[in-house]
Amino acid sequence: MKSVIAEHLVKTYRKGEVVALNDLSLDVEEGTVLGVLGPNGAGKTTTVRILATLLKPDSGHATVAGIDVIKNPDKVRELIGLSGQYAAVDETLTGWDNLVMFGRLYHLGRQPSIDRANELLERFDLTEAARRPIKTYSGGMRRRLDLAASLIVKPKILFLDEPTTGLDPRGRQDMWGVIQDLVKGGVTLLLTTQYLEEADQLADEIAVIDRGTVIARGTSDALKKQVGGERLEITVENADVAAAQEIVARVSGHSTHLDLRTISAPVQTGSVALMETLRALDDAKIHPLDIGLKRPSLDDVFLSLTGHIAEETVVEPAKKKRGGKK
Amino acid sequence: MKFAISDVITITKRQLLQLVRVPEVLVFSTIQPVMFVLLFRFVFGGSIASGQPGGYVQLLMPGIFVQTVAFTLASTAIGLAEDMKKGLIDRFRSLPISRGAVIIGRTFGDALLNILVLVVMATAGFAVGWRPTSGILKTSLAFLFLFVFGYALSWIGILVGLSVKEARTVQSVGFLVTFPLTFLSNAFAPTTGMPRALQYFAEWNPVSTMVAACRQLFGLKNQFGATANSWPSQHPLQTSLLYMVVLMVVFIPLSIRKYKNFSS
Ligand SMILES: Nc1ncnc2c1ncn2[C@@H]1O[C@H](COP(=O)(O)OP(=O)(O)O)[C@@H](O)[C@H]1O
Ligand SMILES: [Mg+2]
Repeated sequence: MKSVIAEHLVKTYRKGEVVALNDLSLDVEEGTVLGVLGPNGAGKTTTVRILATLLKPDSGHATVAGIDVIKNPDKVRELIGLSGQYAAVDETLTGWDNLVMFGRLYHLGRQPSIDRANELLERFDLTEAARRPIKTYSGGMRRRLDLAASLIVKPKILFLDEPTTGLDPRGRQDMWGVIQDLVKGGVTLLLTTQYLEEADQLADEIAVIDRGTVIARGTSDALKKQVGGERLEITVENADVAAAQEIVARVSGHSTHLDLRTISAPVQTGSVALMETLRALDDAKIHPLDIGLKRPSLDDVFLSLTGHIAEETVVEPAKKKRGGKK
Repeated sequence: MKFAISDVITITKRQLLQLVRVPEVLVFSTIQPVMFVLLFRFVFGGSIASGQPGGYVQLLMPGIFVQTVAFTLASTAIGLAEDMKKGLIDRFRSLPISRGAVIIGRTFGDALLNILVLVVMATAGFAVGWRPTSGILKTSLAFLFLFVFGYALSWIGILVGLSVKEARTVQSVGFLVTFPLTFLSNAFAPTTGMPRALQYFAEWNPVSTMVAACRQLFGLKNQFGATANSWPSQHPLQTSLLYMVVLMVVFIPLSIRKYKNFSS
Protein backbone atom coordinates (compact mmCIF):
# COMPACT_ATOMS: atom_id res chain seq x y z
CA MET A 1 0.00 0.00 0.00
CA LYS A 2 1.16 3.50 -0.73
CA SER A 3 1.37 5.75 2.31
CA VAL A 4 2.10 8.91 0.38
CA ILE A 5 0.95 9.74 -3.12
CA ALA A 6 1.53 12.97 -5.01
CA GLU A 7 0.12 13.32 -8.47
CA HIS A 8 0.89 16.04 -11.00
CA LEU A 9 1.64 18.71 -8.41
CA VAL A 10 2.08 22.19 -9.82
CA LYS A 11 3.02 25.19 -7.72
CA THR A 12 4.06 28.56 -9.04
CA TYR A 13 5.01 31.78 -7.33
CA ARG A 14 4.82 35.42 -8.36
CA LYS A 15 1.89 34.90 -10.68
CA GLY A 16 3.50 32.05 -12.53
CA GLU A 17 6.91 33.61 -12.97
CA VAL A 18 8.63 31.16 -10.62
CA VAL A 19 7.72 27.56 -11.20
CA ALA A 20 8.52 25.69 -8.01
CA LEU A 21 6.82 22.41 -8.96
CA ASN A 22 6.16 21.40 -12.50
CA ASP A 23 3.98 18.31 -12.70
CA LEU A 24 5.69 16.45 -9.89
CA SER A 25 4.49 12.96 -9.05
CA LEU A 26 5.87 10.54 -6.51
CA ASP A 27 4.76 7.95 -4.02
CA VAL A 28 6.11 6.17 -0.96
CA GLU A 29 5.33 2.56 -0.18
CA GLU A 30 4.23 1.94 3.40
CA GLY A 31 7.14 1.23 5.73
CA THR A 32 9.82 2.32 3.27
CA VAL A 33 12.08 5.33 2.86
CA LEU A 34 11.96 7.53 -0.20
CA GLY A 35 14.88 9.89 -0.64
CA VAL A 36 14.05 12.97 -2.66
CA LEU A 37 17.35 14.11 -4.08
CA GLY A 38 17.86 17.45 -5.74
CA PRO A 39 19.92 20.63 -5.70
CA ASN A 40 18.93 23.89 -4.05
CA GLY A 41 15.76 25.27 -5.58
CA ALA A 42 14.67 21.97 -7.13
CA GLY A 43 11.37 22.01 -5.26
CA LYS A 44 12.06 19.71 -2.31
CA THR A 45 10.75 22.00 0.40
CA THR A 46 7.72 22.93 -1.67
CA THR A 47 6.87 19.26 -2.10
CA VAL A 48 7.22 18.55 1.61
CA ARG A 49 5.16 21.58 2.55
CA ILE A 50 2.33 20.52 0.28
CA LEU A 51 2.34 16.98 1.64
CA ALA A 52 2.43 18.30 5.21
CA THR A 53 -0.64 20.49 4.48
CA LEU A 54 1.24 23.78 4.87
CA LEU A 55 0.84 24.82 1.28
CA LYS A 56 -1.84 24.32 -1.33
CA PRO A 57 -0.71 23.34 -4.81
CA ASP A 58 -2.04 25.28 -7.81
CA SER A 59 -3.15 21.99 -9.25
CA GLY A 60 -2.60 18.32 -8.70
CA HIS A 61 -3.58 15.99 -5.98
CA ALA A 62 -1.96 14.37 -2.97
CA THR A 63 -2.89 11.89 -0.29
CA VAL A 64 -1.22 10.83 2.93
CA ALA A 65 -2.40 7.53 4.41
CA GLY A 66 -5.18 7.67 1.87
CA ILE A 67 -6.40 11.06 3.10
CA ASP A 68 -6.56 14.03 0.78
CA VAL A 69 -4.15 16.71 2.03
CA ILE A 70 -6.10 19.52 0.44
CA LYS A 71 -9.60 18.50 1.43
CA ASN A 72 -8.83 17.09 4.84
CA PRO A 73 -5.70 18.75 6.23
CA ASP A 74 -6.69 18.43 9.89
CA LYS A 75 -6.96 14.68 9.63
CA VAL A 76 -3.58 14.47 7.91
CA ARG A 77 -1.94 16.58 10.62
CA GLU A 78 -2.92 14.04 13.22
CA LEU A 79 -0.99 11.34 11.39
CA ILE A 80 2.24 12.95 10.30
CA GLY A 81 5.42 14.24 11.80
CA LEU A 82 7.33 17.03 10.08
CA SER A 83 10.80 18.32 10.62
CA GLY A 84 11.46 21.24 8.32
CA GLN A 85 14.63 22.40 6.64
CA TYR A 86 15.51 24.71 9.52
CA ALA A 87 15.01 23.59 13.08
CA ALA A 88 11.69 25.11 14.09
CA VAL A 89 11.71 25.29 17.84
CA ASP A 90 11.44 28.15 20.28
CA GLU A 91 15.04 29.20 20.81
CA THR A 92 14.47 31.10 24.01
CA LEU A 93 12.94 28.08 25.71
CA THR A 94 14.77 25.00 26.88
CA GLY A 95 14.62 21.69 25.05
CA TRP A 96 12.38 20.33 27.76
CA ASP A 97 10.03 23.35 27.58
CA ASN A 98 9.71 22.89 23.84
CA LEU A 99 8.87 19.21 23.95
CA VAL A 100 6.37 19.62 26.76
CA MET A 101 4.74 22.48 24.87
CA PHE A 102 4.43 20.41 21.71
CA GLY A 103 3.07 17.52 23.75
CA ARG A 104 0.39 19.83 25.10
CA LEU A 105 -0.39 21.03 21.59
CA TYR A 106 -0.87 17.40 20.57
CA HIS A 107 -3.36 17.29 23.45
CA LEU A 108 -1.43 14.79 25.46
CA GLY A 109 -2.31 15.99 28.94
CA ARG A 110 0.19 17.42 31.38
CA GLN A 111 1.89 14.38 32.85
CA PRO A 112 1.97 12.36 29.62
CA SER A 113 3.55 15.39 27.89
CA ILE A 114 6.25 15.54 30.54
CA ASP A 115 6.89 11.81 30.39
CA ARG A 116 7.11 11.83 26.63
CA ALA A 117 9.47 14.81 26.69
CA ASN A 118 11.80 13.07 29.10
CA GLU A 119 11.67 9.88 27.07
CA LEU A 120 12.52 11.65 23.81
CA LEU A 121 15.31 13.72 25.37
CA GLU A 122 16.84 10.51 26.67
CA ARG A 123 16.51 8.76 23.35
CA PHE A 124 18.13 11.58 21.41
CA ASP A 125 20.94 12.02 23.87
CA LEU A 126 19.77 15.44 24.99
CA THR A 127 19.04 14.79 28.65
CA GLU A 128 22.05 16.77 29.76
CA ALA A 129 21.05 19.78 27.70
CA ALA A 130 17.37 19.48 28.51
CA ARG A 131 17.30 22.48 30.84
CA ARG A 132 19.34 24.78 28.66
CA PRO A 133 17.81 27.24 26.19
CA ILE A 134 17.95 25.99 22.60
CA LYS A 135 20.07 29.03 21.75
CA THR A 136 22.99 27.29 23.39
CA TYR A 137 22.60 24.08 21.38
CA SER A 138 24.87 23.01 18.52
CA GLY A 139 23.37 22.59 15.06
CA GLY A 140 23.18 18.83 15.51
CA MET A 141 21.45 19.11 18.85
CA ARG A 142 18.90 21.51 17.43
CA ARG A 143 18.10 19.17 14.59
CA ARG A 144 17.73 16.25 16.97
CA LEU A 145 15.42 18.24 19.19
CA ASP A 146 13.43 19.33 16.18
CA LEU A 147 13.13 15.72 15.09
CA ALA A 148 12.11 14.72 18.61
CA ALA A 149 9.35 17.33 18.50
CA SER A 150 7.97 15.73 15.35
CA LEU A 151 7.90 12.31 17.00
CA ILE A 152 5.82 13.19 20.03
CA VAL A 153 2.74 11.26 19.01
CA LYS A 154 4.70 8.47 17.30
CA PRO A 155 3.60 9.30 13.79
CA LYS A 156 3.56 6.48 11.25
CA ILE A 157 4.48 8.84 8.44
CA LEU A 158 7.36 11.23 8.70
CA PHE A 159 8.64 14.05 6.48
CA LEU A 160 12.21 15.22 6.97
CA ASP A 161 13.38 18.15 4.88
CA GLU A 162 17.17 18.14 4.52
CA PRO A 163 17.76 16.75 8.01
CA THR A 164 21.55 17.05 7.85
CA THR A 165 22.14 20.17 5.80
CA GLY A 166 24.32 22.49 7.81
CA LEU A 167 25.61 19.81 10.17
CA ASP A 168 29.24 18.90 10.63
CA PRO A 169 30.28 15.32 9.75
CA ARG A 170 29.86 14.17 13.33
CA GLY A 171 26.39 15.67 13.61
CA ARG A 172 25.51 14.07 10.33
CA GLN A 173 26.59 10.63 11.47
CA ASP A 174 24.54 11.00 14.65
CA MET A 175 21.51 12.09 12.68
CA TRP A 176 21.84 9.17 10.31
CA GLY A 177 21.93 6.80 13.26
CA VAL A 178 18.81 8.35 14.71
CA ILE A 179 16.99 8.12 11.38
CA GLN A 180 18.06 4.53 10.83
CA ASP A 181 16.64 3.61 14.24
CA LEU A 182 13.37 5.24 13.33
CA VAL A 183 13.19 3.34 10.10
CA LYS A 184 13.79 0.08 11.93
CA GLY A 185 10.81 1.02 14.07
CA GLY A 186 8.70 0.85 10.93
CA VAL A 187 7.87 4.44 10.00
CA THR A 188 7.25 5.48 6.46
CA LEU A 189 9.72 8.21 5.68
CA LEU A 190 10.03 10.81 2.97
CA LEU A 191 13.38 12.49 3.25
CA THR A 192 14.87 15.22 1.10
CA THR A 193 18.56 15.76 0.63
CA GLN A 194 21.19 17.32 -1.56
CA TYR A 195 23.62 14.47 -0.98
CA LEU A 196 23.62 11.28 -2.97
CA GLU A 197 25.57 9.64 -0.18
CA GLU A 198 22.84 10.43 2.31
CA ALA A 199 20.08 9.12 0.09
CA ASP A 200 22.22 6.07 -0.53
CA GLN A 201 22.65 5.45 3.22
CA LEU A 202 19.07 6.00 4.27
CA ALA A 203 16.66 5.49 1.40
CA ASP A 204 15.19 2.36 -0.12
CA GLU A 205 14.34 4.28 -3.21
CA ILE A 206 15.49 7.60 -4.61
CA ALA A 207 13.62 10.15 -6.67
CA VAL A 208 15.88 12.70 -8.30
CA ILE A 209 14.19 16.01 -8.86
CA ASP A 210 15.24 18.94 -10.98
CA ARG A 211 13.30 22.14 -11.61
CA GLY A 212 10.19 20.89 -9.92
CA THR A 213 9.85 17.53 -11.54
CA VAL A 214 11.12 13.97 -11.03
CA ILE A 215 13.79 13.16 -13.60
CA ALA A 216 14.82 9.73 -12.39
CA ARG A 217 13.64 7.19 -9.96
CA GLY A 218 14.90 3.89 -8.64
CA THR A 219 16.95 2.17 -6.01
CA SER A 220 20.22 3.67 -4.99
CA ASP A 221 22.10 0.85 -6.74
CA ALA A 222 20.26 1.29 -9.98
CA LEU A 223 20.93 4.98 -9.87
CA LYS A 224 24.59 4.54 -9.12
CA LYS A 225 24.93 2.01 -11.90
CA GLN A 226 23.47 4.55 -14.25
CA VAL A 227 25.92 7.14 -13.01
CA GLY A 228 28.86 4.76 -13.10
CA GLY A 229 29.50 3.89 -9.48
CA GLU A 230 32.73 4.68 -7.71
CA ARG A 231 35.91 5.94 -9.26
CA LEU A 232 39.43 5.19 -8.18
CA GLU A 233 41.59 8.28 -8.14
CA ILE A 234 45.35 8.35 -7.67
CA THR A 235 47.97 11.04 -7.92
CA VAL A 236 51.62 10.15 -8.54
CA GLU A 237 54.95 11.81 -9.38
CA ASN A 238 55.33 12.84 -13.03
CA ALA A 239 57.86 10.13 -13.64
CA ASP A 240 55.46 7.42 -12.51
CA VAL A 241 52.40 8.51 -14.44
CA ALA A 242 52.76 6.06 -17.33
CA ALA A 243 53.39 3.04 -15.14
CA ALA A 244 50.62 3.93 -12.74
CA GLN A 245 48.18 4.46 -15.58
CA GLU A 246 48.85 0.95 -16.78
CA ILE A 247 48.19 -0.49 -13.33
CA VAL A 248 44.95 1.41 -12.87
CA ALA A 249 43.73 0.36 -16.31
CA ARG A 250 44.47 -3.28 -15.50
CA VAL A 251 42.67 -3.15 -12.12
CA SER A 252 39.61 -1.31 -13.32
CA GLY A 253 39.29 -2.94 -16.70
CA HIS A 254 38.29 0.42 -18.13
CA SER A 255 40.18 3.16 -19.87
CA THR A 256 41.67 5.71 -17.53
CA HIS A 257 41.27 9.44 -17.37
CA LEU A 258 44.35 11.59 -16.82
CA ASP A 259 44.32 15.06 -15.38
CA LEU A 260 47.85 16.40 -14.83
CA ARG A 261 49.27 13.76 -12.47
CA THR A 262 45.89 12.43 -11.32
CA ILE A 263 44.66 9.22 -12.85
CA SER A 264 41.10 8.05 -12.41
CA ALA A 265 38.94 5.18 -13.63
CA PRO A 266 35.60 3.62 -12.77
CA VAL A 267 35.77 0.52 -10.57
CA GLN A 268 33.33 -2.19 -9.58
CA THR A 269 34.04 -2.79 -5.91
CA GLY A 270 35.94 0.16 -4.59
CA SER A 271 37.70 -1.36 -1.62
CA VAL A 272 38.96 -4.38 -3.54
CA ALA A 273 40.21 -2.24 -6.38
CA LEU A 274 41.94 0.04 -3.93
CA MET A 275 43.82 -2.85 -2.31
CA GLU A 276 44.82 -4.37 -5.63
CA THR A 277 46.08 -1.06 -6.90
CA LEU A 278 48.09 -0.40 -3.76
CA ARG A 279 49.68 -3.83 -3.97
CA ALA A 280 50.57 -3.41 -7.63
CA LEU A 281 51.98 0.05 -6.99
CA ASP A 282 54.07 -1.31 -4.15
CA ASP A 283 55.44 -4.09 -6.37
CA ALA A 284 56.34 -1.49 -8.97
CA LYS A 285 57.95 0.65 -6.23
CA ILE A 286 55.65 3.57 -6.98
CA HIS A 287 54.66 5.74 -4.05
CA PRO A 288 51.36 7.48 -4.71
CA LEU A 289 51.05 11.07 -3.49
CA ASP A 290 47.36 10.56 -2.98
CA ILE A 291 44.96 7.71 -3.51
CA GLY A 292 41.29 7.31 -2.81
CA LEU A 293 37.83 6.38 -3.93
CA LYS A 294 35.49 9.00 -5.19
CA ARG A 295 31.82 8.35 -4.75
CA PRO A 296 29.54 9.90 -7.31
CA SER A 297 28.03 13.13 -6.04
CA LEU A 298 24.79 14.81 -6.87
CA ASP A 299 26.70 16.66 -9.57
CA ASP A 300 27.73 13.38 -11.18
CA VAL A 301 24.15 12.16 -11.04
CA PHE A 302 22.96 15.31 -12.68
CA LEU A 303 25.64 15.28 -15.27
CA SER A 304 24.76 11.78 -16.34
CA LEU A 305 20.98 12.26 -16.13
CA THR A 306 20.57 15.66 -17.67
CA GLY A 307 23.85 16.47 -19.30
CA HIS A 308 24.10 19.64 -17.21
CA ILE A 309 25.27 20.11 -13.68
CA ALA A 310 22.88 21.05 -10.91
CA GLU A 311 21.59 24.55 -11.63
CA GLU A 312 22.20 26.23 -8.32
CA THR A 313 25.52 25.74 -6.61
CA VAL A 314 25.26 22.94 -4.14
CA VAL A 315 26.53 24.25 -0.85
CA GLU A 316 28.86 22.05 1.14
CA PRO A 317 27.32 20.85 4.38
CA ALA A 318 29.86 22.37 6.76
CA LYS A 319 29.74 25.77 5.15
CA LYS A 320 26.01 26.07 4.78
CA LYS A 321 24.66 28.85 6.97
CA ARG A 322 21.42 28.60 8.87
CA GLY A 323 18.53 30.84 8.00
CA GLY A 324 18.13 32.46 4.64
CA LYS A 325 15.28 31.73 2.34
CA LYS A 326 12.65 29.23 3.21
CA MET B 1 -13.79 23.62 21.77
CA LYS B 2 -12.17 22.28 24.91
CA PHE B 3 -8.97 21.83 22.94
CA ALA B 4 -9.26 25.25 21.37
CA ILE B 5 -9.04 26.84 24.80
CA SER B 6 -6.24 24.61 25.97
CA ASP B 7 -4.31 25.37 22.75
CA VAL B 8 -4.61 29.10 23.37
CA ILE B 9 -3.47 28.64 26.97
CA THR B 10 -0.45 26.60 25.87
CA ILE B 11 0.60 29.27 23.38
CA THR B 12 0.09 32.05 25.92
CA LYS B 13 2.04 30.11 28.51
CA ARG B 14 4.88 29.74 26.08
CA GLN B 15 5.24 33.50 25.91
CA LEU B 16 5.23 33.86 29.68
CA LEU B 17 7.77 31.09 29.91
CA GLN B 18 9.99 33.05 27.52
CA LEU B 19 9.96 35.89 30.03
CA VAL B 20 11.02 33.52 32.78
CA ARG B 21 13.81 32.01 30.66
CA VAL B 22 15.03 35.34 29.31
CA PRO B 23 14.18 37.89 31.98
CA GLU B 24 16.23 40.52 30.11
CA VAL B 25 13.33 40.97 27.73
CA LEU B 26 11.08 41.95 30.57
CA VAL B 27 13.69 44.28 32.03
CA PHE B 28 14.15 46.04 28.70
CA SER B 29 10.49 46.34 27.92
CA THR B 30 9.89 48.04 31.27
CA ILE B 31 13.09 50.09 31.45
CA GLN B 32 12.23 52.08 28.36
CA PRO B 33 8.91 53.46 29.60
CA VAL B 34 10.36 54.09 33.05
CA MET B 35 13.18 56.01 31.40
CA PHE B 36 10.61 58.06 29.53
CA VAL B 37 8.88 58.88 32.80
CA LEU B 38 12.11 60.07 34.36
CA LEU B 39 13.33 61.94 31.27
CA PHE B 40 10.14 63.88 30.72
CA ARG B 41 9.63 64.49 34.40
CA PHE B 42 13.10 65.81 35.17
CA VAL B 43 14.47 67.02 31.83
CA PHE B 44 11.48 68.67 30.15
CA GLY B 45 9.19 68.87 33.14
CA GLY B 46 10.70 72.11 34.35
CA SER B 47 10.34 73.96 31.07
CA ILE B 48 6.83 72.92 30.05
CA ALA B 49 4.13 74.93 31.73
CA SER B 50 1.30 72.61 32.65
CA GLY B 51 -1.34 74.77 34.20
CA GLN B 52 -2.36 71.75 36.25
CA PRO B 53 -2.17 71.39 39.98
CA GLY B 54 0.61 68.92 40.75
CA GLY B 55 2.67 69.90 37.74
CA TYR B 56 3.63 68.40 34.45
CA VAL B 57 3.94 64.85 35.70
CA GLN B 58 0.15 64.63 36.05
CA LEU B 59 -0.27 65.43 32.38
CA LEU B 60 2.69 63.40 31.35
CA MET B 61 1.80 60.04 32.85
CA PRO B 62 -1.33 59.42 30.74
CA GLY B 63 0.74 60.28 27.66
CA ILE B 64 3.45 57.79 28.55
CA PHE B 65 0.92 55.12 29.43
CA VAL B 66 -0.74 55.45 26.05
CA GLN B 67 2.55 55.60 24.18
CA THR B 68 3.70 52.43 25.88
CA VAL B 69 0.59 50.41 25.13
CA ALA B 70 0.66 51.76 21.57
CA PHE B 71 3.99 49.99 21.10
CA THR B 72 2.16 46.70 21.58
CA LEU B 73 1.40 46.97 17.88
CA ALA B 74 5.09 46.73 17.08
CA SER B 75 5.97 44.15 19.69
CA THR B 76 3.19 41.79 18.64
CA ALA B 77 4.20 42.18 15.01
CA ILE B 78 7.88 41.63 15.73
CA GLY B 79 7.24 38.56 17.87
CA LEU B 80 5.05 37.00 15.23
CA ALA B 81 7.44 37.81 12.39
CA GLU B 82 10.29 36.21 14.32
CA ASP B 83 8.28 33.07 14.91
CA MET B 84 7.46 32.90 11.23
CA LYS B 85 11.03 33.41 10.18
CA LYS B 86 12.24 30.66 12.48
CA GLY B 87 9.68 28.28 10.99
CA LEU B 88 7.86 27.97 14.28
CA ILE B 89 4.57 29.08 12.78
CA ASP B 90 4.95 26.40 10.11
CA ARG B 91 5.44 23.82 12.79
CA PHE B 92 2.40 25.04 14.72
CA ARG B 93 0.42 24.88 11.52
CA SER B 94 1.46 21.29 10.94
CA LEU B 95 -0.01 20.32 14.32
CA PRO B 96 -3.61 19.26 14.78
CA ILE B 97 -4.45 22.37 16.79
CA SER B 98 -7.41 24.68 16.46
CA ARG B 99 -7.13 27.40 13.86
CA GLY B 100 -6.40 30.77 15.28
CA ALA B 101 -5.06 29.43 18.61
CA VAL B 102 -1.55 30.52 17.70
CA ILE B 103 -2.38 34.16 17.06
CA ILE B 104 -5.02 34.45 19.76
CA GLY B 105 -2.51 33.02 22.21
CA ARG B 106 0.03 35.61 21.12
CA THR B 107 -2.35 38.53 21.65
CA PHE B 108 -3.13 37.18 25.13
CA GLY B 109 0.53 36.83 25.95
CA ASP B 110 1.26 40.38 24.85
CA ALA B 111 -1.74 41.62 26.82
CA LEU B 112 -0.49 39.96 29.99
CA LEU B 113 2.90 41.52 29.42
CA ASN B 114 1.19 44.89 29.11
CA ILE B 115 -0.40 44.49 32.52
CA LEU B 116 3.01 43.94 34.01
CA VAL B 117 4.50 46.91 32.20
CA LEU B 118 1.62 49.17 33.28
CA VAL B 119 2.09 48.16 36.90
CA VAL B 120 5.79 48.94 36.75
CA MET B 121 5.16 52.30 35.10
CA ALA B 122 2.44 53.30 37.51
CA THR B 123 4.82 52.54 40.35
CA ALA B 124 7.57 54.62 38.75
CA GLY B 125 5.08 57.43 38.15
CA PHE B 126 3.96 57.30 41.73
CA ALA B 127 7.55 57.54 42.87
CA VAL B 128 8.05 60.81 40.97
CA GLY B 129 4.87 62.44 42.15
CA TRP B 130 2.07 61.26 39.90
CA ARG B 131 -1.22 61.19 41.87
CA PRO B 132 -4.57 60.38 40.26
CA THR B 133 -7.27 62.29 42.14
CA SER B 134 -10.42 60.69 40.81
CA GLY B 135 -10.75 57.74 43.13
CA ILE B 136 -10.06 54.07 42.69
CA LEU B 137 -12.97 53.32 40.36
CA LYS B 138 -12.20 55.85 37.66
CA THR B 139 -8.49 55.19 37.94
CA SER B 140 -9.09 51.48 37.40
CA LEU B 141 -11.32 52.29 34.45
CA ALA B 142 -8.47 54.28 32.92
CA PHE B 143 -6.21 51.25 33.19
CA LEU B 144 -8.90 49.08 31.68
CA PHE B 145 -9.02 51.50 28.74
CA LEU B 146 -5.26 51.31 28.37
CA PHE B 147 -5.34 47.55 28.51
CA VAL B 148 -8.06 47.17 25.90
CA PHE B 149 -6.47 49.77 23.63
CA GLY B 150 -3.21 47.79 23.72
CA TYR B 151 -5.10 44.61 23.01
CA ALA B 152 -6.90 46.12 20.01
CA LEU B 153 -3.59 47.36 18.59
CA SER B 154 -2.13 43.90 19.08
CA TRP B 155 -4.48 42.68 16.36
CA ILE B 156 -3.15 45.23 13.88
CA GLY B 157 0.26 43.93 14.91
CA ILE B 158 -0.82 40.41 13.95
CA LEU B 159 -1.79 41.57 10.49
CA VAL B 160 1.43 43.52 10.08
CA GLY B 161 3.50 40.58 11.33
CA LEU B 162 1.83 38.20 8.88
CA SER B 163 2.16 40.62 5.96
CA VAL B 164 5.74 41.78 6.43
CA LYS B 165 7.86 38.72 6.79
CA GLU B 166 11.15 40.18 7.93
CA ALA B 167 11.31 40.97 11.65
CA ARG B 168 13.59 43.94 11.08
CA THR B 169 11.23 45.45 8.52
CA VAL B 170 8.40 44.94 10.97
CA GLN B 171 10.37 46.81 13.58
CA SER B 172 10.91 49.79 11.29
CA VAL B 173 7.31 49.76 10.10
CA GLY B 174 6.16 49.54 13.70
CA PHE B 175 8.17 52.58 14.71
CA LEU B 176 7.21 54.46 11.57
CA VAL B 177 3.59 54.04 12.54
CA THR B 178 3.76 54.52 16.29
CA PHE B 179 6.17 57.44 16.51
CA PRO B 180 4.21 59.98 14.48
CA LEU B 181 1.01 58.79 16.12
CA THR B 182 2.35 59.34 19.61
CA PHE B 183 4.13 62.63 18.91
CA LEU B 184 1.45 64.17 16.69
CA SER B 185 -0.86 64.07 19.67
CA ASN B 186 -1.55 65.79 22.92
CA ALA B 187 0.51 63.20 24.79
CA PHE B 188 3.50 65.31 25.72
CA ALA B 189 2.58 68.87 24.91
CA PRO B 190 -0.61 70.78 24.17
CA THR B 191 -1.46 70.74 20.50
CA THR B 192 -1.83 74.54 20.42
CA GLY B 193 1.74 74.94 19.27
CA MET B 194 1.19 72.86 16.13
CA PRO B 195 0.26 74.19 12.69
CA ARG B 196 -3.46 74.23 12.20
CA ALA B 197 -3.63 71.18 9.89
CA LEU B 198 -1.69 69.07 12.34
CA GLN B 199 -4.00 70.16 15.10
CA TYR B 200 -6.89 68.57 13.27
CA PHE B 201 -4.92 65.39 12.80
CA ALA B 202 -3.85 65.39 16.45
CA GLU B 203 -7.42 65.88 17.55
CA TRP B 204 -8.75 62.79 15.80
CA ASN B 205 -5.64 60.77 16.49
CA PRO B 206 -6.67 57.83 18.68
CA VAL B 207 -3.59 58.40 20.82
CA SER B 208 -4.89 61.88 21.66
CA THR B 209 -8.37 60.69 22.48
CA MET B 210 -6.92 57.93 24.63
CA VAL B 211 -4.65 60.37 26.44
CA ALA B 212 -7.55 62.73 26.91
CA ALA B 213 -9.73 59.90 28.18
CA CYS B 214 -7.08 58.82 30.69
CA ARG B 215 -6.52 62.38 31.87
CA GLN B 216 -10.22 62.76 32.42
CA LEU B 217 -10.41 59.46 34.27
CA PHE B 218 -7.44 60.38 36.43
CA GLY B 219 -9.22 63.59 37.39
CA LEU B 220 -7.45 66.17 35.24
CA LYS B 221 -8.64 68.98 33.09
CA ASN B 222 -7.92 67.94 29.53
CA GLN B 223 -5.74 69.99 27.24
CA PHE B 224 -6.45 70.37 23.58
CA GLY B 225 -5.51 72.90 20.96
CA ALA B 226 -7.40 75.66 19.25
CA THR B 227 -10.16 73.27 18.23
CA ALA B 228 -10.84 72.35 21.81
CA ASN B 229 -14.58 72.28 21.34
CA SER B 230 -14.45 69.56 18.66
CA TRP B 231 -16.31 66.29 19.20
CA PRO B 232 -13.33 64.03 20.00
CA SER B 233 -11.94 66.51 22.50
CA GLN B 234 -15.35 66.93 24.10
CA HIS B 235 -16.01 63.20 24.23
CA PRO B 236 -12.66 61.48 24.57
CA LEU B 237 -14.09 58.44 26.36
CA GLN B 238 -16.69 57.73 23.71
CA THR B 239 -14.30 58.38 20.85
CA SER B 240 -11.66 56.10 22.32
CA LEU B 241 -14.17 53.37 22.96
CA LEU B 242 -15.41 53.69 19.40
CA TYR B 243 -11.86 53.41 18.08
CA MET B 244 -11.20 50.26 20.09
CA VAL B 245 -14.39 48.59 18.97
CA VAL B 246 -13.79 49.50 15.34
CA LEU B 247 -10.19 48.31 15.47
CA MET B 248 -11.18 44.95 16.91
CA VAL B 249 -14.17 44.44 14.66
CA VAL B 250 -12.03 45.13 11.62
CA PHE B 251 -8.69 43.60 12.51
CA ILE B 252 -9.59 40.43 14.40
CA PRO B 253 -11.42 38.81 11.50
CA LEU B 254 -8.92 40.20 8.98
CA SER B 255 -5.97 38.79 10.91
CA ILE B 256 -7.57 35.42 11.50
CA ARG B 257 -8.47 35.13 7.86
CA LYS B 258 -4.98 36.11 6.80
CA TYR B 259 -3.50 33.53 9.14
CA LYS B 260 -5.73 30.75 7.88
CA ASN B 261 -5.06 31.47 4.23
CA PHE B 262 -1.48 32.35 4.74
CA SER B 263 1.08 30.40 2.81
CA SER B 264 4.54 31.39 1.81
N1 LIG C 1 7.56 31.90 -1.25
C1 LIG C 1 8.20 31.83 -2.42
N2 LIG C 1 8.15 32.86 -3.29
C2 LIG C 1 8.78 32.80 -4.46
N3 LIG C 1 9.49 31.75 -4.89
C3 LIG C 1 9.59 30.69 -4.08
C4 LIG C 1 8.95 30.68 -2.80
N4 LIG C 1 9.22 29.48 -2.21
C5 LIG C 1 9.98 28.80 -3.08
N5 LIG C 1 10.21 29.51 -4.21
C6 LIG C 1 10.98 29.08 -5.37
O1 LIG C 1 10.54 27.80 -5.76
C7 LIG C 1 11.63 26.99 -6.15
C8 LIG C 1 11.65 25.72 -5.33
O2 LIG C 1 11.95 26.07 -3.99
P1 LIG C 1 12.13 24.98 -2.85
O3 LIG C 1 10.98 24.05 -2.85
O4 LIG C 1 12.38 25.74 -1.59
O5 LIG C 1 13.45 24.23 -3.29
P2 LIG C 1 14.43 23.29 -2.46
O6 LIG C 1 13.81 23.02 -1.14
O7 LIG C 1 14.60 22.08 -3.29
O8 LIG C 1 15.71 24.06 -2.32
C9 LIG C 1 12.87 27.85 -5.99
O9 LIG C 1 13.19 28.39 -7.25
C10 LIG C 1 12.45 28.90 -5.04
O10 LIG C 1 13.17 30.09 -5.25
MG1 LIG D 1 14.53 23.37 0.71
